[in-house]
Amino acid sequence: MLIIKDLHARVEGKEILRGINLTINAGEVHAIMGPNGSGKSTLANVLAGNTNFEVTRGEVSFNGKDLLAMTADVRAKEGLFLSFQYPVEIPGVSMINFLKTAVNESRKYHHLKELSAGDFLKVMREKKEMVQIDSQLTNRSVNEGFSGGEKKKNEIFQMAMLEPKLAILDETDSGLDIDALRIVANGVNLLKRAENATIVVTHYQRLLDYIVPDFVHVLYKGQIVKSAGKELVFELEEKGYDWIKKELGE
Amino acid sequence: MDNQNTLLNEVAGRDYRFGFVTEIETDFIPKGLNEEVVRIISAKKEEPDFMLEFRLKAYRKWLTMKMPDWAQLKIPEIDYQEIIYYAAPRQQPKYESLDEVDPELLSTFAKLGIPLEEQKMLAGVAVDAVMDSVSVKTTFKENLAELGIIFCSFSEAVKHHPDLVQKYLGMVVPPNDNFFAALNCAVFSDGSFVYIPKGVRCPMELSTYFRINAKNTGQFERTLIIADNDSYVSYLEGCTAPMRDENQLHAAVVEIIALDRAEVKYSTVQNWYPGNKEGIGGIYNFVTKRGLCKGASSKICWNQVETGSAITWKYPSCILAGDNSVAEFNSVALTNNYQQADTGTKMIHLGKNTKSTIVSKGISAGHSSNSYRGLVRVAAKAENARNYSQCDSLLLGDHCGAHTFPYIEVGNQNSVVEHEATTSKIGEDQIFYCNQRGISTQDAIGMIVNGYAREVINKLPMEFAVEAQKLLQISLEGSVG
Repeated sequence: MLIIKDLHARVEGKEILRGINLTINAGEVHAIMGPNGSGKSTLANVLAGNTNFEVTRGEVSFNGKDLLAMTADVRAKEGLFLSFQYPVEIPGVSMINFLKTAVNESRKYHHLKELSAGDFLKVMREKKEMVQIDSQLTNRSVNEGFSGGEKKKNEIFQMAMLEPKLAILDETDSGLDIDALRIVANGVNLLKRAENATIVVTHYQRLLDYIVPDFVHVLYKGQIVKSAGKELVFELEEKGYDWIKKELGE
Repeated sequence: MDNQNTLLNEVAGRDYRFGFVTEIETDFIPKGLNEEVVRIISAKKEEPDFMLEFRLKAYRKWLTMKMPDWAQLKIPEIDYQEIIYYAAPRQQPKYESLDEVDPELLSTFAKLGIPLEEQKMLAGVAVDAVMDSVSVKTTFKENLAELGIIFCSFSEAVKHHPDLVQKYLGMVVPPNDNFFAALNCAVFSDGSFVYIPKGVRCPMELSTYFRINAKNTGQFERTLIIADNDSYVSYLEGCTAPMRDENQLHAAVVEIIALDRAEVKYSTVQNWYPGNKEGIGGIYNFVTKRGLCKGASSKICWNQVETGSAITWKYPSCILAGDNSVAEFNSVALTNNYQQADTGTKMIHLGKNTKSTIVSKGISAGHSSNSYRGLVRVAAKAENARNYSQCDSLLLGDHCGAHTFPYIEVGNQNSVVEHEATTSKIGEDQIFYCNQRGISTQDAIGMIVNGYAREVINKLPMEFAVEAQKLLQISLEGSVG
């Protein structure tokens, strides 16, 4: 589904990603872990097409298409979803209007008929239950005045509405209490399909207690320095990232 | 970033949608302005003596006045002797049905998306369409007449209701008020007149579409709205103008008078031709709009969405004379390319327990300059007056400017005046967030700007609100780079 080859990227002239190689197949859950500043969020943003990050080398293929040649909105319509670490507020734009536009833009892209208001609201009700999001929230402006936990839930709600092929969860656990974490993780698990894949970007292991990864990669100084199965999570939790640094001879 | 820039260049190159000229024979008088021209205009319109006197007095006053220079505007020199002060479409007199109207004129309205036929049937909107200076068609007049409502062209009002005109004309905006108002008083050609009798609630939105058409013709419209005791009316004004290379002067005057417990809502979507991408051409819009809450507990509300004009100088204001009267000013002013706008309001509190609210949302893009200028004055005797002002500016890109000039004068101890102001830039992170959900940059900007302006747009009548949203989107397409 996703093949990343020798990906380099920089922001404000500073090289952050220094040769990422990664292959993700349908049905898999990959966790990307690493200490602060290792390039985890940069990788998520580069894949989503954030133009603040400049790709200097490498290629990325998404379902056989050249991902890097697409604008951010096309990547989204092709089925790539990013759950933001810090979702922005858009005052005055209602959640319903925002999501209806998003869903229908994607449907148009795939030559599907746009959803009527009635059908849209019906789908919305179903998905709201799935992620246990407060009905009130969807009547408000996008993320405006939402608590940290509500914002994260809202990200997963949007993911449920857009049904992406590849979901990238960027530090979705940060700022969540244990109950919210469980709800969010539960939502992600309910959305799991054999034909979809998920990348979980996180600093801590606790989200991975609920969303169990098939593969774990450790990102350090812009490169994947270690890949293994889910057992790596526990090893990291026990020994800390210093252990990786030592292994690398630092 | 590159994608945004490409998009910017693509859509910024888009032509003004409504830039076309209708070929209709026009009845001109020679260009230039002198006392003789004022007399000719009055004579052509077969006006009573009091009108001629009104005009001459204003003209003589105007000669002693100077163009205001205090606004945050760069106005090129205007040669008032190069302007033609009267033009009327040839075909007269008035038509009984649409079949008699010049087909080309009808197709112009069709291009504007306001075919009279549809207007007649849809939404219960009575339309007084002003093409240049003389009214072409007025609909729904009979229905309104049954209620005693007068909705007609200004010329007709002068002919048929001279007593009302004489009593109220110049009451709110006197001929010596300012340079442009004086000029308007001297040479105004036509406009709209509304009178709502005591206790009548006007059952439909009254609406006028203005359009400058004849070449080199100054447009001097005059609107007078009178709401008698316990009446209500909602009035809509919307305009588009054809593309021109030379600048055109537009100096309208709107007067509103609300008597005891009367309520007037005046909504504008203004879309005069703003000039091209390089700032060439476009309309100069120097307008004096003012309402007088004359009666106790009366209410006047100005709602406006401004996207047009090369230069805008406009301050729809209210004088809160009646005790317990209420005034509102809700505005979205958008400037792009090289447009300049200096706009705002004045709220003059004279009566006790008067209340005014100002919500101003400026949006600047391109190389434009957008200023809010507002005065809140509370007279000594205006006890317990209240004002709340909120002035927000939204910047798109790095080459535009936004300025806020609030003036507050409070003459007593028990009044409360609050002022809040914010300036923000449309965030790349907001646009990226929308992009990531599959929404293109262009749609995202439209969505974010409409969200920002929603508070004001919600105040507009439904059909106008939809139009205004589209207008904001069209006017801003690709303006973030």
